[in-house]
Amino acid sequence: MMFSIIDIIVYIFLGVGVFFNLLAGVGLLRFPDVYTRLHAGTKCTTFGSIFLSGSVILLGLRMWWFGNTDGSILAIHTGVALVAILVTNPTGAHAIARAAHRSGVKPVKAVVDDLEGGTTKKKSIGKKTATVKKKEEEEG
Amino acid sequence: MLAFIVTTIVCFIIYLLLTIGSATGASDFFNLGLWSNEEILFGVILSVIVGAIGRKIFVKKDFRMLNPVRWFTFLFYLFIPFFWGMAKANFDVAYRVITGKINPGIVKISPGLKTDLGITMLANSITLTPGTLSVDIDEDKNDLYIHWINVKKEALKKKPIDYKYVCGSFPKWVRRIAE
Repeated sequence: MMFSIIDIIVYIFLGVGVFFNLLAGVGLLRFPDVYTRLHAGTKCTTFGSIFLSGSVILLGLRMWWFGNTDGSILAIHTGVALVAILVTNPTGAHAIARAAHRSGVKPVKAVVDDLEGGTTKKKSIGKKTATVKKKEEEEG
Repeated sequence: MLAFIVTTIVCFIIYLLLTIGSATGASDFFNLGLWSNEEILFGVILSVIVGAIGRKIFVKKDFRMLNPVRWFTFLFYLFIPFFWGMAKANFDVAYRVITGKINPGIVKISPGLKTDLGITMLANSITLTPGTLSVDIDEDKNDLYIHWINVKKEALKKKPIDYKYVCGSFPKWVRRIAE
């Protein structure tokens, strides 16, 4: 009885994970610009990967429960990989979005853009560059 | 000294997680069937070396994150409000992928957090939750610039925008955990 319940849960998790990862692919094709594509590319892949890893962890825990210590390797290592995905995926998306905005990509159909033309550098760095510019002007 | 101990213990736990399942049999010192003697010995040596080198990078100023209440608050936040927000986000994105209705814009919010850890946690939470993606950060005031896929009109009346519209109660949770 216990076998079948865990098997059903694993199949459901696999299905949900594959569905959301597929949705991320469709979103990459359908959305108009880099920011909206990043929406699809980060949220859906992270959520899908949580469910795919969850199914592997469940299978590993079941192996472990029935005395096979290889299951501990499966479960714990997949958990570590899941934490890595959860931390690095939004960080990477943030880096791409920031780089895109700095190199001048405007959001398509934007209603409002508070960042437009604004600088977000630290003031100390800004001052340094300003003084360097002044020196260069005086010298040149 | 406390920084060295904390770094060493965290390194050792991560080492144990990565080398789980290396047991050789009944000759193991900890006979749990999970680790062999060699792995545990080598893990201790490596952790001490890494703790000596990296203690100033890993522990910045104070030891407020050693409080277990903060860990349990973090776990609760991760499994209930955050996971629920993430599930909603995915159905929202699914709806927009299928129908193609978008109304995007970049808005600025002031969550009022002070520490680096707090602002990192909030930015990552915002990226993974409904319709929002953190684009840039003002490092002097810790203001975040958010790309919002469906800008609400009533949110635009007041500047800067109230963070309730963008990320709900996340800043309160993050303040409880990291500050």
